[in-house]
Amino acid sequence: MIPFVLTAIFALVIYLILTAGSGNLGVWSASEIIAGIALALVTAGVTRRFLCRSGNYRMANPLRLLLIPVYILGPFLVEVTKANLDVAYRVITGNIRPGIIRVRSGLKTDLGIFMLANSITLTPGTITVDIDEETHDLFVHNINLAQGEESHESIQDHELFAIADLPAWIRRIAE
Amino acid sequence: MITDTIVLICLVIGILFNALGVLGLLRFPDVYTRMHATTKATTFGSVFTALAVIIYGGSLYYGTADPQYITLIIHTIIAALALAFTNAVSSHALARAAHKSGIKPAQAVVDRLGEARR
Repeated sequence: MIPFVLTAIFALVIYLILTAGSGNLGVWSASEIIAGIALALVTAGVTRRFLCRSGNYRMANPLRLLLIPVYILGPFLVEVTKANLDVAYRVITGNIRPGIIRVRSGLKTDLGIFMLANSITLTPGTITVDIDEETHDLFVHNINLAQGEESHESIQDHELFAIADLPAWIRRIAE
Repeated sequence: MITDTIVLICLVIGILFNALGVLGLLRFPDVYTRMHATTKATTFGSVFTALAVIIYGGSLYYGTADPQYITLIIHTIIAALALAFTNAVSSHALARAAHKSGIKPAQAVVDRLGEARR
C-alpha cells in the first residue's frame, strides 16, 4: 500500500510540473489536474514494485528531498564552476598529469554511491570509471593529480573536492 | 535593457565553454582526457545557454504575465537537468567500456583500476 501511494504522489508531482502554466486554477487548468490524478493512479498500479524496491522509505522525508536542490545549487555548483575554470585552463595550456586513483567513500546505500559517483563524473577533471562492488570504492580518472598523490594506495573521498565537502552533504541526504 | 545584457553575457559564457570543449577534443591525448573536455565543459556551456533562456522567459513573463512563459521556463529547467543526468551516466558508461576493452590511459602516472583487475 505505501509503495502505491508514494509512486502515485511522485507521478502526480512530475505531471503537474510538466503541465504548469496551462490554466488559472493555481497555474493549472482543472482538466489537467483530473487527468494527472487519473494517470498517476494508473502509473502507480503498474509500476509500484519499482520505485520503493529497497523497502526503505527514508527518501520520502520531505526535508531530505528539499536538501537535494539546495545541494545542487549551493556547494555542487560552486565546485563545478571552479573545476570548469581549471579544465578550461588545462585545455589552453595542455598542462595535464592524468591517472586513475582509488577513492574510499564509506557510503553504504545505493543512492548514496549513485549520487557521489555522478557528482564526481559531472565535476570536470574527474570521471568515475568503475566501482568496487564489495568495498564500494570508486576508481576515478583524474586529469591532474597532485605531485606524490599517485604513491598513495587510496585517498578519502573529500580530498577530491577543493572547496566544499560534497561527500558530507551526500551522507546527510542519502544515509 | 538590463536583462538583454545579462542574457547576452550568459550566451557568450555558454558558447565560450562549448568552444573550449571542442578545443580540448583536438588537443588532449586519449579517450579519457578528451572526455573531460567534451562532456563536462559542454554541459556547463549548455546549462548557461539554458540559463539565458530562463532569464529571457522570466523577463517576458514579468512584462506580459502570460502563463506560456512559465511553461517555457519549467521545460528549460527540465531539459538542463535531463542533460546533466544523462551526461554523467553516459560518460561513466563510456569510460568504463573503454577501460574494459583494454584502452590504457595515455601519459598516466598511475592506474589503480588496471592493478585491481590484474
